[in-house]
Amino acid sequence: MTIKDKAAIGGVGATPYFKRGQSYPESELSMACSAILMALEDAGLTIKDLDGFSIYSSSCDPATVGAELGVPEIRWATSTTSGGGGCAGALGVAAAAIDGGMATTVVTLMTLQQLNKRLGGSAVGGMLQYAMMSDAGGSPYGGSGISPSVAFTANNGMLSPGHSFAQLTSRHMHLYGTKREHFAEVCMSTRDNAIKRPTALRTEPLTLEDYFNARMISDPLCLFDYTMESDGAVAVITTSAERAKDLKQPPVLIMASAHGASGRWGPALFKYFQIPNDEFPSSGHRPVAKRIYEMAGITAADVDVALLYDHFSPMVIMQLEDYGFCPIGEGGPFVGDGNIRYGTGSIPVNTHGGNLSEAYIIGMTHVREAVEQIRGTAINQVEGAEIALVTGGPAGSPVSGTLLRKA
Amino acid sequence: MSVEFGELKKGVFPTILFETHSDASTEPFWEAAREDKLVAPKCSNCGTFRLPPSPYCFECQTRGVEWVQLPGTGTIHSFTVVRHPLHPGLAECCPYVSGSVELDGTQGAGARMLVNIIDVDPDAVRIGDRVEIIFEHVNDEMSTPRFRPISK
Repeated sequence: MTIKDKAAIGGVGATPYFKRGQSYPESELSMACSAILMALEDAGLTIKDLDGFSIYSSSCDPATVGAELGVPEIRWATSTTSGGGGCAGALGVAAAAIDGGMATTVVTLMTLQQLNKRLGGSAVGGMLQYAMMSDAGGSPYGGSGISPSVAFTANNGMLSPGHSFAQLTSRHMHLYGTKREHFAEVCMSTRDNAIKRPTALRTEPLTLEDYFNARMISDPLCLFDYTMESDGAVAVITTSAERAKDLKQPPVLIMASAHGASGRWGPALFKYFQIPNDEFPSSGHRPVAKRIYEMAGITAADVDVALLYDHFSPMVIMQLEDYGFCPIGEGGPFVGDGNIRYGTGSIPVNTHGGNLSEAYIIGMTHVREAVEQIRGTAINQVEGAEIALVTGGPAGSPVSGTLLRKA
Repeated sequence: MSVEFGELKKGVFPTILFETHSDASTEPFWEAAREDKLVAPKCSNCGTFRLPPSPYCFECQTRGVEWVQLPGTGTIHSFTVVRHPLHPGLAECCPYVSGSVELDGTQGAGARMLVNIIDVDPDAVRIGDRVEIIFEHVNDEMSTPRFRPISK
């Protein structure tokens, strides 16, 4: 017994996307509320129907949002652990809650405003707090202090996610001959998709020359290999497959969903890097990929469009391998051959412009695009799209993947 | 926020944590580091090394360890060259190399060290390069480990 086809996404709502800090005078709370109300409206529901929160990466405080919007009764409030890797998996948790009779109408969302904080700089902030010997906690019950194991890596200069992903990337290049030209192709094809979209923040054309002229940030990653810093909120409403039939929009079925990773992937990223050798140059998604294909009873060949979490361009290449679109180690040449291009490729990837070019709302823009593709309303619509893959992470465990399909 | 990093040298990421915050699991590492020795906990049941030192062996789920002195040499498993300073105060030390090193005398994964690799040309570093540990004795408590190429 699984959650296969038991639940469906019935509504999607989103604020405009902004460059970092430019969503002011909106706030994370106001944007969360806006996105939730728009998603309910899209589904033909109201706040009186909402009874669950399935979130990730501390996207909001359900208690605060529930009070602010006057939700009559919260019956389910959970979050996947760790960070953005849980994004797609939170949809599966929502489906499980609904299938288990714990809730009927569950929201998954991200709201993000980077006025006083910087997402990619979170590790930097932490490290600099060590430098200032100040409290690194932020808990109302007092600081969590510095754990004994932190001292093993605090002085090594690895301060941000980019520094970590650069190391996975270096290893992938070393073992498989992956080249910067391949990362450039991910960036350029994603940019081409963003250019046609009014929601996108980066819409100027990107050439190979531009890519190679960009400054290096953390070798082998240059400026364009990094996602941008954005503000905004995106919410989706999940309900039972049965009920979704009667809503305003055509239902988008949650065909399969999983979150997790092999145990020793663990906190690997951002911390200790004790990942087994065979998994080191990967996205960490292999166990999740296996589970969602088994649950759905399909293979990569059945997927029509892939919305792959792209905080760093090489991670798209590693996910293409880990989700079976090409053999392990061949992701570079696979993208180099044009396989991920919208309109001409064998598997169109990030048709919305991804985190790299549209906006970085920690994965929720990918969910929004997957829903639009299955509804048939996407701007870069993949003709006849029936099955979409959407992923969260790589990040520390869990990473996640979800398959959505046309009802 | 204003942060002082002291005098910076190109390629050397400065010590920013001055205390070891050690507990019973980690203190033997720091005691040895003060004497320029690299030691690591080896599972007394199955022989697997683990770093950072922690309560349980990830292979056999037992707790006993013996502390083994390692040769202090190893191989670069992967690395990055940090060119963009994440804080303006760090500009003077960029570019610097941070990498993961597989330690001679261990099984590798599970006991890698994540370190600043110094005394190298950032454009010439390669995976597989041989390196050795060097400790900076910052104060009575903290000895920051870094690696440098093995001089031939």
